[in-house]
Amino acid sequence: MPRAAAIAAGLVVLALIIGIGFFSSSQHLLTLVIQTMLLAALASSWNILGGFAGQISLGHAAFFGSGALVTRELWLNGMPLPLAVLAAVAATTVAAAVVGVPMLRFREIYFAIGTLALGVAVFITAGNLWPGISSMSAEALRNYDFTGPYFVTLGVLVATVAISLWLKHSKVGLGMMAVRDDEEAAAATGVNAFAHKMTAFVLSSALAALAGAAFAYFSVSYFPNFAFSVIWTFEAILVVFIGGVGTIVGPLVGSVFFIIGRDSLPAEVNEFQVVLFGLLFMLVVLLMPGGLTEAGQRLFARISSRQPPDANTAKATKGKELV
Amino acid sequence: MTQLILQSVVSGLLVGGMYGLVALGLALAFGVLKVLNVAHGELLMLGGYASFFAFTFWGIDPFLSMPVVFIAMFAFGAILYLTLFRYVTRTEIHTRIKNSLLISFGLVLVLQSMAVRFFTADERTISTAYSSDAFTIGLVRVPVVRLAGLAVAVIAALFLEWLLSSTRFGRALRATSEDWTRAALTGVDVKRVYLVAFAISAALAAVAGSLISIGYSVSPNIGLGWTLKALIVVVLAGLGSMRGIIVAGLFLGLMESLAAVWLGGQYREVAALVLFLVVLSFRPQGFFGRAHA
Repeated sequence: MPRAAAIAAGLVVLALIIGIGFFSSSQHLLTLVIQTMLLAALASSWNILGGFAGQISLGHAAFFGSGALVTRELWLNGMPLPLAVLAAVAATTVAAAVVGVPMLRFREIYFAIGTLALGVAVFITAGNLWPGISSMSAEALRNYDFTGPYFVTLGVLVATVAISLWLKHSKVGLGMMAVRDDEEAAAATGVNAFAHKMTAFVLSSALAALAGAAFAYFSVSYFPNFAFSVIWTFEAILVVFIGGVGTIVGPLVGSVFFIIGRDSLPAEVNEFQVVLFGLLFMLVVLLMPGGLTEAGQRLFARISSRQPPDANTAKATKGKELV
Repeated sequence: MTQLILQSVVSGLLVGGMYGLVALGLALAFGVLKVLNVAHGELLMLGGYASFFAFTFWGIDPFLSMPVVFIAMFAFGAILYLTLFRYVTRTEIHTRIKNSLLISFGLVLVLQSMAVRFFTADERTISTAYSSDAFTIGLVRVPVVRLAGLAVAVIAALFLEWLLSSTRFGRALRATSEDWTRAALTGVDVKRVYLVAFAISAALAAVAGSLISIGYSVSPNIGLGWTLKALIVVVLAGLGSMRGIIVAGLFLGLMESLAAVWLGGQYREVAALVLFLVVLSFRPQGFFGRAHA
């Protein structure tokens, strides 16, 4: 898609989301959009580390959870929301920078196993330290309004997408992709592989914390360790790959597809929702590594040129710039 | 206090035997096919349910149904290889590991939610007449069923070692695991080796599942926990020897158990995970493993 068209499409979608936020009174629709935006933000944050820098993290929920936990604790104890969010993101950034050093010494599969171990350890510890349910006060509950969480989540999503966009076209982002495609070759051409992976790790974690903050602000009551649950990591990975890994729109498309799919499946098939998405995920990995984004682009190319796209160009664009 | 520590040591070693057994299959698939099957724990879960239902519906003793479960899951493993992992093994080693991780992650979601749908989320345990039997040595109580689990783990490891070292197929398997292109050039049917190795891996997971359904419990979401233990064991042991894997399993079980004594039961897993991360930082090739197994 040409650049101008992409920007126009993005603005239309943004206007639509803002319009829904202002004018819709359907709680169902508002909740659905909030859930989609939250997942899209989390998935986009995973995509920076997993898609741009090529490091498959299975412990992403640790940072989502820490963002949620710090925000929630400070905010429910009277701190203004923006300050609480700031503190949560700052704390998570520091934590990520500290754990990132040993984690990123692990390469490839060891990184996946290491982050999984970290995620599970943090999940259990959070459950041990904060066993009680965290609920909003009765007064806050009475005045609960979807508008606040809706626009906060939108803000989080816009910030995450904007940073991803900037990163993708920046020198740092190019370095990350070079490390992803061939770490030795990148290092040989003077790219500091560790520094780039570290930047991706910290940035990705900080944005996950931001998404976690939105979750903490939006949720009425939950067990604090739920935000650390491996489910968050899994859903993020699922939608990133279904949408298109390493692209900007991939995580967004994947999230819309995932949440709408979950909502609109008839009741008798609903139980099989995860099964269906799991199968779809496997199909994408095996047959179409570019995900729905690539499928859409091929379709678009086919319609606009009225002939099948050249096999060589299709191969050349795979895993590279798709937006 | 001595009694508590001794008892913890014994319980830890017994659980550790299971960790080792679960890790055997994972190591086999990783060593030979170079695929990481994170759905290994889900295969274990299926094996556990198979034994559970065989016992509940037909009253078949889990130790008797174990061979049948082994064969059934061998077949299921073969199907999984033919439908999924076969395509992963066509790519070069680098993408192979990454793609197998993703594919098996999808499999985790599918198998887990199918299990919730068909078997319900309830925790299941087989209670046989001998389930709670135990004998006492000095101050320490040894549950019979768990001891049997450790015995099966050791037997499985010795059987695999024999298979690898003394049979024609074992030689083909080792050759494939070292360098599949050269193995293929010398006439090894690499695809067949892959198929059988993956099927054995799945079958071993299922046997572990059968044992877990007696000595421990089975529910749809136990998979990830066991997979993580197995991953830790494989990383600690490296891919050098099957015996090394059992030893690493025992070590992990022991460490968890002692951590529970000192830090409280709710931190037993956390302590083991942190220990694992520390070991991994200092010895990325594992305790027993060579750098390139």
